[in-house]
Amino acid sequence: MGNFGTTSEVKDRTDIGVGLVGAPECGDVMQLQIQVDETTGKIKDAKFKCFGCGSAIASSSLATEWLKDRTLEEGLAIKNTEIVEELSLPPVKIHCSVLAEDAIKAAIADYKTKHADASMKDAPEGTEKPS
Amino acid sequence: MLDPCNRLAKEGFDVSFLEPGEDGIITREMVEGAMREYTILVSIMWANNEIGTINEIPEIGSLCHDRGVVFHTDATQWAGKMPVDVKADNIDLLSMSGHKIYGPKGVGVLYVRRRRPRVRLQALVDGGGQERGFRPGTLNVTGIVGMGKACEIAKAEMDTDRERLYTLRKKLEDRVTAELGVVQINGHPERRLPHMTNISFGFVEGEGLMMACKDIAMSSGSACTSASLEPSYVLKVLGVGDDLAHSSLRLSLGRWTTEEEVDFAAANIIEGVTKLRQLSPLYDMHNEGIDITKIEWGAH
Repeated sequence: MGNFGTTSEVKDRTDIGVGLVGAPECGDVMQLQIQVDETTGKIKDAKFKCFGCGSAIASSSLATEWLKDRTLEEGLAIKNTEIVEELSLPPVKIHCSVLAEDAIKAAIADYKTKHADASMKDAPEGTEKPS
Repeated sequence: MLDPCNRLAKEGFDVSFLEPGEDGIITREMVEGAMREYTILVSIMWANNEIGTINEIPEIGSLCHDRGVVFHTDATQWAGKMPVDVKADNIDLLSMSGHKIYGPKGVGVLYVRRRRPRVRLQALVDGGGQERGFRPGTLNVTGIVGMGKACEIAKAEMDTDRERLYTLRKKLEDRVTAELGVVQINGHPERRLPHMTNISFGFVEGEGLMMACKDIAMSSGSACTSASLEPSYVLKVLGVGDDLAHSSLRLSLGRWTTEEEVDFAAANIIEGVTKLRQLSPLYDMHNEGIDITKIEWGAH
């Protein structure tokens, strides 16, 4: 629960990826932040904030628990159906688990983009850009 | 009321639906504007069940009588709490429900005017001939007696109840408004029933808030009980933003609500909202000065 800083505060931190999904008018907004250990490539810590019902809060909380100590690939492998099963979500709350999966994907994608940009910036001139 | 009207529309009747303005009130003027030459029936709820706003019932009744139109009002929220005089209020048909006035559940009342004008109804179910042919079946005597007694008690106590509940509600509203920012009381500020309130707490979702305040029985003002993602259509019509409509609670006070209970509820809600705002990404954005309505949210 919580965050490593507000979105603008963590904007320049290349070890942190932020995923913001949902919409206020739908009644659910999730913000997931992951902190990646740059040497091991594993997710060191994850935090969430959530505007939504109990199931949405629980789904995002579970997502942060499951993300810890996983690699990015392992994180991407988390499926919403596993969240549904773990929390015994009723059918009407399945969209909460979908949102949590989306948040995981968005946070990892954000980390990867930032990281790619950063390594491009750090790279000496003339080196090939990572694809 | 929407479903029976939709049914009539399906059967070939022309039906006009009225939407109130931001204060939630249906006025005589609105009804007049929607009336057609061949209008035969007007049906308006006396007070709204989600926000408690009070419609211009005696005025609309008088308009209907001027035009020779039958006037029905659903007084479920009103009767038993506020005085009813079907003659002075120009009402031809009035429906109300037992469980809303501390009466027996499953018992309702339909008042039907017999004189000037005489309203003739067609039975929904044929047979028996009981209740003057309106409704066949053996009479529910215990239910009827219980309903009568409930009305009697309500009539005796409504004046003192009303004053007391108005004061208690004001205390509740004043306290949550003073201690929490970005709180909106929905509906007309004064012209609403004294015993209920519908409050939007910005940046906090209603269902989540209900869970956080599990010691209080209340409903999330949003009709988004679960299956639908749509927030309350009543609040939507009032111009309450989608985000705030998802952040609404409906609280009711009753005959046995005490001041301690109101204090307890206020403290609980304030604690719940504060806790959930700590968890709310929207509250962070608000504090950073980001306009939530300007963000391009993904479709979901």
